[in-house]
Amino acid sequence: MIITLKGTNTSEIGAKLVDLREEGGAVALGRVLTLVIVASGDDIEPAVEAANIASREHPCRVIVVDPGDGRKSAGLDAEIRIGGDAGASEVIMLRPTGPARREVDTLVIPLLLPDAPIVLWWPHDPPEDMAADPLGKMAQRRISDVDACTRPIESLRGLAKTYTPGDTDLSWARVTLWRGLVAAALDEPPYETVRSVQVLGNGSRPSTYLFAAWLAAALKVEVTIKHEAGASAITGITLDRRSGPITMRRPEGSAVVTLAQPGQPQLQIAMAMRPLADCLMEDLRRLDPDEIYELALVKGRPKVTTA
Amino acid sequence: MAPVKVADGQNPLRDAADRRLPRIAGPSGLVIFGVTGDLARKKLMPAVYDLANRGLLPPGFGLTGFARRDWEDQDFRKIAHDAIKENCRTPFDEAVWEQLSKGIRFVSGEFSDDQAFARLATTVQKLDEERGTAGNHAFYLAVPPSAFPLVCEQLAESGLSQSKPGTWRRVVIEKPFGHDLTSARELNDVVERVFPPESVFRIDHYLGKETVQNLLALRFANQLFEPIWNANYVDHVQITMAEDIGIGSRAGYYDGIGAARDVIQNHLLQLLALTAMEEPVSFDAAALRAEKEKVLSAVRLPRDLGRHTARGQYDGGWQGGEEVLGYLEEEGMNADSTTETYAAIRLDIDTRRWAGVPFYLRTGKRLGRRVTEIAIVFKRAPHLPFDLNETQELGQNAIVIRVQPDEGVTIRFGSKVPGTAMEVRDVTMDFGYGHAFTESSPEAYERLLLDVLLGDPPLFPQQREVELSWEILDPIIDYWATHGKPESYRPGTWGPPSADPMLARDGRTWRRP
Repeated sequence: MIITLKGTNTSEIGAKLVDLREEGGAVALGRVLTLVIVASGDDIEPAVEAANIASREHPCRVIVVDPGDGRKSAGLDAEIRIGGDAGASEVIMLRPTGPARREVDTLVIPLLLPDAPIVLWWPHDPPEDMAADPLGKMAQRRISDVDACTRPIESLRGLAKTYTPGDTDLSWARVTLWRGLVAAALDEPPYETVRSVQVLGNGSRPSTYLFAAWLAAALKVEVTIKHEAGASAITGITLDRRSGPITMRRPEGSAVVTLAQPGQPQLQIAMAMRPLADCLMEDLRRLDPDEIYELALVKGRPKVTTA
Repeated sequence: MAPVKVADGQNPLRDAADRRLPRIAGPSGLVIFGVTGDLARKKLMPAVYDLANRGLLPPGFGLTGFARRDWEDQDFRKIAHDAIKENCRTPFDEAVWEQLSKGIRFVSGEFSDDQAFARLATTVQKLDEERGTAGNHAFYLAVPPSAFPLVCEQLAESGLSQSKPGTWRRVVIEKPFGHDLTSARELNDVVERVFPPESVFRIDHYLGKETVQNLLALRFANQLFEPIWNANYVDHVQITMAEDIGIGSRAGYYDGIGAARDVIQNHLLQLLALTAMEEPVSFDAAALRAEKEKVLSAVRLPRDLGRHTARGQYDGGWQGGEEVLGYLEEEGMNADSTTETYAAIRLDIDTRRWAGVPFYLRTGKRLGRRVTEIAIVFKRAPHLPFDLNETQELGQNAIVIRVQPDEGVTIRFGSKVPGTAMEVRDVTMDFGYGHAFTESSPEAYERLLLDVLLGDPPLFPQQREVELSWEILDPIIDYWATHGKPESYRPGTWGPPSADPMLARDGRTWRRP
């Protein structure tokens, strides 16, 4: 169900939400967090869709703040989606115009769930300093996605500069499966120290960069990104060890990783690119500061070289 | 900048703070005996696939089926494919299946056939070479316990049960773990002659359920519940596991076993242990086991078993708009069977925490509806500043942990009825797992299989717990064996008439779950 409210204010929206709950009883109570999405235009629907899927694991209230048009006269339009149109969540869209766009945090505050943690998500350009942003300041978790920025690697550098505990970027979740695979490889004999690492793939994507940065910080070795023209993401990795390299390859377009190391049969494992909703779901799983992300972003990133 | 050293058990890429990194099983393979059975088709193989789909199985995982059928690898692959596609929880992905299916093998033979086990040994060894399973193999005995001795012996003789240094061999067995104390010990001797105790994994799939694990979180992660979790506040506890179905075609298995052996010995006594135990010092396997064993060893049976137990056998008739057969009319049933399909018992726990608090356990088939729950029923408030009329409709407060279906927790308490008069009546406050968390949490078997491959034992009962449970149950079963036939009950009701006086004697009534 979608309810549209024109020329409204937040107390009216709040009252409407209570009404809906009493009427339908459908709006479940067990919400675990409020997810605030700052997006406009074409960015809104894909983000809301991902949030709806993620809400099945993390039932949440989703508040979309669409900064809208500053030149129009002051006003607030809103839209409430519940039931089938909102997954396991309820979605509230706020479209302030004109001067009503000021003090945007006061728009959101009355609609936050009591006590529940707040997660801020900028699906496109994050503010320069997420933790200093009026909305970001309220949140336990601030999620950026610099992959969508015009110059992602530069933006990544910006994130490092302003890093505050509680920040994460969705590109970090995009490399979790790769990280798991590499970590599992080092769990097995021969237990040999890694001497250097080469990451293959698209060098201008933040996920490739964060993967390399994490390895550089954790292993304290030289990590080089070998840019592959035409690659859309990470296409492989080589870990150099005394008895010979461990190589993992996922050719562009394939969903299968091939692993090889000396003295062992060549192995394959399916590993598709992760959809946006999966990454968001993972990010919502823990809301405490992600120290390993910090390690990769702040400590590891400057050590990565590109070839 | 010196590289960080990598050594056995020392992986610089693993960091306790890194909670995103998945726990992936190391190189390993799973051999399933009785792979044509329901358990393997409906639960085990789909769980293997779901694990693979979630990226939790190692590359090159090997899955070997062993059964009497005259199948080739590809025939078995087809069977596995269909079973998985029909029963998997996560979406079916061809790419994942294709990788998984490359590691699927089939060995045909009887359990008594030495040649077949020699072929199995070769198959497993080949998996090590071709798929890199590195000599680590788990054997899942999805077969009746009567076949355990033979299979274990064959595993030992063919050398399959022995692991080389740095590798492991594990065996997984399912309930029933014997049918009384003596047989449980015999069974254990058979298994432990071949596998060391730490390599034996007894699966009680209830313990893999999220709600059961949540019981531990509810009790020990909160300040709210533990202070009242004792005889000062708790009046009694009811643990129920009800099924609305009959035994169907399982007469051969069920007759002579009965509800108490089938359910109380394992599931209900495990739930009782988790509900009643003291706080473990940590959540590792040894600490948890110590507390469970302690509380099970403190269980006392009622002196008069006739007055404090009840049993029944379902009749035929109409249940929920369907005509159903009575227990004695089921296909292949012995018409004089005295096996009970309903069992209810009272147990007391001789500890300071639970002195005087009875635990009522009941289970049955063809009951009102399918439900498993633990209800902690509290004492009435010692003084009510209301007059009797005002609190007429106020029952006892209760915390109900719903294990299945509709997993969650309900709290019942009194609330004022709107209006000018002061009237108090029971209301419920509800936490639904499905509302607050994922709509599809991992299947119990996924969790348990992964734990077997990782060698992580906290959720598996050990032999001592099994023996303690039989020590509790044996006297009751012996008593029933010498006291005639179970009382019959109408299908679709909450058990035989004698179940009610059993509680009425203590001044209590059964909850309607």
